[in-house]
Amino acid sequence: MKKEIPLLITFIAGMVMILQFFIPHRPFSDLQQLFNTWFLIITVFAMILGLGNLFKVHTKRLQRRPKGWWYSIVLLAGFAIMFTVGMVWGPARGTPFDYLFWNVHIPMSSMMFALLAFFVASASYRAFRARTPEATLLLVSAILVMIGRVPLGNYIWDKLPLIGDWIMSYPNMAGQRAIMIGIALGIVSTSLRIILGIERTYLSGK
Amino acid sequence: MIETLGIWMAAFLTLCILSFLYKDNPFYKFAEHLFVGLSAAYWAVYYYFNILLPNLIQPLFGHGQLLLIIPLVLGIMMIMRLFPKVGWVSRWPLAFIVGSYSGYNLITYLQSKALEQVRATLVPFIQIESWKNLFTNPGVMTFLNAIAVPVVVVGVTTGVIYFFFSKEHKGVFGGFARIGVWFLMIAFGASFGYTVMARISLLIGRVYFLLHDWLGLIQ
Amino acid sequence: MNIVERLEKLDRRIIFLLTLLAVVIPLLLPIGFKIKVSEPVKLFYDAVEALPPGSMVLVSSEYSPSTMPEVYPMNQALARHCFKKDIKIVGMGLWPEGIPLNQASMEQAAEEYGKEYGVDYVNLGYKAGGIIVISAAAENIPNTFPLDYAGRPIEEFEIMEGIRNFDNIDLIISLSAGDPGVRHWVMIAQGRYGKKVAGGVTAVSAPAFYPYLNAGQLQGLIGGMKGAAEYETLLETSGTATRGMDAQSIAHGLIIFLILFANFFYLLGKRRKK
Repeated sequence: MKKEIPLLITFIAGMVMILQFFIPHRPFSDLQQLFNTWFLIITVFAMILGLGNLFKVHTKRLQRRPKGWWYSIVLLAGFAIMFTVGMVWGPARGTPFDYLFWNVHIPMSSMMFALLAFFVASASYRAFRARTPEATLLLVSAILVMIGRVPLGNYIWDKLPLIGDWIMSYPNMAGQRAIMIGIALGIVSTSLRIILGIERTYLSGK
Repeated sequence: MIETLGIWMAAFLTLCILSFLYKDNPFYKFAEHLFVGLSAAYWAVYYYFNILLPNLIQPLFGHGQLLLIIPLVLGIMMIMRLFPKVGWVSRWPLAFIVGSYSGYNLITYLQSKALEQVRATLVPFIQIESWKNLFTNPGVMTFLNAIAVPVVVVGVTTGVIYFFFSKEHKGVFGGFARIGVWFLMIAFGASFGYTVMARISLLIGRVYFLLHDWLGLIQ
Repeated sequence: MNIVERLEKLDRRIIFLLTLLAVVIPLLLPIGFKIKVSEPVKLFYDAVEALPPGSMVLVSSEYSPSTMPEVYPMNQALARHCFKKDIKIVGMGLWPEGIPLNQASMEQAAEEYGKEYGVDYVNLGYKAGGIIVISAAAENIPNTFPLDYAGRPIEEFEIMEGIRNFDNIDLIISLSAGDPGVRHWVMIAQGRYGKKVAGGVTAVSAPAFYPYLNAGQLQGLIGGMKGAAEYETLLETSGTATRGMDAQSIAHGLIIFLILFANFFYLLGKRRKK
């Protein structure tokens, strides 16, 4: 009961989605539309589950008060403020919600990822070594692309941008395509195993 | 006034995050937790206004589309995962999501990422025009253009051979797999180059904000 | 500790400082490097340029503030390009944080070209579910998006008259920073419904999209801030991407120098050990 019904649901949902590709007529097209709408709604609840987990973790921290527990207050207060203004005024442009998005959320989110520029520079210096022929190939390709893709490359040698573009369009494309085909075949076989109930790991846990 | 306050607030929070470069500190931790809380609320508000309201609440309670009770119940079952005793009921909606996604993926991955890519690789090995160009106008670029198609065909074929693990990578097969690795290395190198480019761009964006919007040092 | 070992263990904060300077100095003292347009960006530009006035472009924003310096300039330039050519825009997004960014881009361009919300452009908002949202919209846009991003019924808007599904859309452009994003639009909109799809993506993901471009599954591709700067160059405007290119050049130069410098001492150390 705990596993059989989910396996049946997976099979039906998967088969409907497959069949509507080959028979895009009733009843499969209608079923697909219906399942699509249901999917949108259920996905939101999956995301709400994530929010629930976040609350669970941080309210527990408030109860147990480990080192740095007051940061959980910051997190929950940030949530409460943003959620309240969003629910009261809505997400339209020009609302307090929009103001907080542009002046609080954007700077933090952007800077958090901008920090990676420093770490990538440091990693380039410390870890990027021509230890083997393969690593040397990687290094040469990276340097040519890096210099070829910025205007400076054009000033060093006018062929550098063209060489950079050539690497991207041919050898890089070939490598990416091989990866893509490999991934696609892997996903196709995994999907088939899931629909047929052979792969069941997603049903593990409580 | 309110705009200036916004810019100062944004600058302060930007500097809080930037301070992590020196070392982990309370300013960074404050901004980090505020960011997580704010982001979660942002998503929650969008879930309500962009999905729950138009696709569930209005059609179900406003237009009486009773069939929507099914995803509502399945959705509530999903949230039950938060409670260990009844957590197993979340398998039903999870099964629906996984099943639907698998069904879509099976066909679309096969079509767009396997068959279409193989089709695009099956092109004439020798492009006569490019070779004519090379002999009439020899140079770095005409040479690279002449060998472009063979490079793609060899790269894709040997790359796929490398990913074939059912046969040991030895002998001729191993040789092809090794060539495949070279192409993968070039692709990873290109990806590394582009990753550097991306990260620097993000930094430029923030520095531009500080110098232009906040300090007014650049016009 | 000899010089080679000392250089290998250089305090990373010195590298941080050098990186910061490589970005700050060119922004304060611009050099004005000329920007060369690459083929994928030209194809993107041509795909929009080929549309007659009154055409309908669907712009889906799948990015967030974390990648804003790269994708937002593309979004702004694209909105300008469309409105300049009297092309209408239907906005939507598979990432919630992309919605206000797309809306701001359209509003800014609409102000410049005298376009009106609901008549020349609309923002249908966000839906969760990636590939399935695309599939649902392909069959029935009003059913999938009954309200716009701010909760207003879409039948109120003139632009939505006659828009039922992807048959009424001439070009789809996904501005994406990851999944769900361009690859899903290719898989469903192009692969299943035969629609023309073009993409604007972050530099991190750009190399993985070249196979789509080569196979004709993508009409054009803008990759990262550099791609955005090229697009701005084609549109003869100077946005934030173009202004960032000097800093991008110098920072790349610094990183290449660091790699070569470190490898020189690495090889020197290796030879000494032998």
